[in-house]
Amino acid sequence: MSNEDDVPITIEFSGGLEILFGDQKKYSLLLPAKDESGAPANVAFLVRHLCDKVMKDPRKELFVLDDTVRPGILVLINEADWELEGEDKYEVQKDDHIMFVSTLHGG
Amino acid sequence: MAPSPCALCHTNRALILRPKDHSKLCKTCFISVFETEIHHTITMNALFKRGEKIAIGASGGKDSTVLASVLKTLNERYDYGLDLILLSIDEGIKGYRDDSLETVKRNAEQYGMDLTILGYDELYGWTMDQVVEQVGKKGNCTYCGVFRRQALDRGAARLGVKHVVTGHNADDVAETVLMNLLRGDLPRLSRTTSIITSTPSASSDPASNTNIKRSKPLKYAYEKEIVLYAHHKHLDYFSTECIYSPEAFRGSARALIKNLERVRPSAILDVVRSGEDMAKLVPGSDEGCGGACSSNVPIAEEEEGGCGSAAGRTVGGDMENMEKQLAQNDTAADNDLEIEITAKSLQKAKQHNRHDSAAVPLANGKKTKKGVTPRKTNKQVMGQCKICGYLSSQEVCKACVLLEGLNKGRPKNKIEVGYEVQDVQQRDQGADGVADVMQRTSIGGD
Ligand SMILES: [Zn+2]
Ligand SMILES: [Zn+2]
Repeated sequence: MSNEDDVPITIEFSGGLEILFGDQKKYSLLLPAKDESGAPANVAFLVRHLCDKVMKDPRKELFVLDDTVRPGILVLINEADWELEGEDKYEVQKDDHIMFVSTLHGG
Repeated sequence: MAPSPCALCHTNRALILRPKDHSKLCKTCFISVFETEIHHTITMNALFKRGEKIAIGASGGKDSTVLASVLKTLNERYDYGLDLILLSIDEGIKGYRDDSLETVKRNAEQYGMDLTILGYDELYGWTMDQVVEQVGKKGNCTYCGVFRRQALDRGAARLGVKHVVTGHNADDVAETVLMNLLRGDLPRLSRTTSIITSTPSASSDPASNTNIKRSKPLKYAYEKEIVLYAHHKHLDYFSTECIYSPEAFRGSARALIKNLERVRPSAILDVVRSGEDMAKLVPGSDEGCGGACSSNVPIAEEEEGGCGSAAGRTVGGDMENMEKQLAQNDTAADNDLEIEITAKSLQKAKQHNRHDSAAVPLANGKKTKKGVTPRKTNKQVMGQCKICGYLSSQEVCKACVLLEGLNKGRPKNKIEVGYEVQDVQQRDQGADGVADVMQRTSIGGD
């Protein structure tokens, strides 16, 4: 499936979100460089990709709501708040580390 | 987007966008600002006294872990002179709590704090596993939630600690403000916005060790920043999944808060502040004095999220009756007027007059019926639970009602609900520490 246009990235889930992804916190994956429409892959596409290809749990709504990351889940792009990086329009770069942290779980 | 520099040091790359004011901060400056703000919350509200022994209600979750970490840092940095310990409640669900229990154990080591675990078995004579065995899976969350509400206070009393701090954050408070607003319950809104809530003693005995003060130093801290603080400080915390099934009403309030935050991040603190301002307008509120006199004002326990699945269950037989009884006692599972008094005063009361309901007037407005809007602050006469001595609006507190039902079904009744306040059962921390944990989301409120 992979080709040289794929973008290698690492994905991390924490704060309880990993429960939705087979209890695995870290994933190294190859993201297609272009989204469905041929535009450069951005975080919105990544999120769809994670939902369709990686997520083990059927409860998609616990991760995605109204086509974006569910409110209450923080997204860190190379440690920076995604709001500083253009949110889901941020274009994914090679070797990016993108982290999803739930604030919704109990403490 | 070009990386932005930190608004404070102008040197490092900004990693955090603060929800309260949109400022962009680097990791170092964020950690420093976060801690300083909690310090201000503590000093402005005079939360602590030098030499005070403080029990941190510890669940291993993000809020209580951050609270423990920050309090340790501030205690050292500003020389508060506090004796900080961790207090965990183990509801006794085999296997389920192992991870969070391990987390609190590690926290105890990491922060060099003593840790005490008190189980539901020690506090109530029943583990949740035993409760489930007796009543079945359905409805057991009711027990867990009711027991939980008294557990930290009972536990602290056993340890002779008079002040319990919990990890309630701004999101929690905002959520509760909204819920009470939507219910039209301003008196309770007033109580729940208070940063200090105190459980009153029925006794005027100054030596009473059950006049337990409760406070929430993270009251103005965004949940987002708590999680980011834990992340950037590499704190060790544990998360459960239970939050995804809160009772519908609380779940909606929470979703609303999080949605509002997306659109307008300052909304959370704005709701908290609005709650405080409304509280000042409620007669009998202690908010007018800025909380300074709150130790004189009996306040019922703050509202805490129940383990969601309690609501709307159909249950059979005893459970159904129990639920009905509880519903009569109090309409909402989160209502809570049960406050521990001293064993000493309880004994005194018994010796002197055998009056079960040594009535103590409390300012509160609990007596609302479902769907009925309270028009004013009700002055309710509080008594003490004639079984365990907790202050309660009923002759028998909710925990004891439940226990009574449970114990009826148990052939040999060897349960005595903790009269032995002095009998501190403290598990040895030992080299590898012991801990135990409750996830607030699963049983409601930490
Ligand atoms: Zn900085
Ligand atoms: Zn009782």
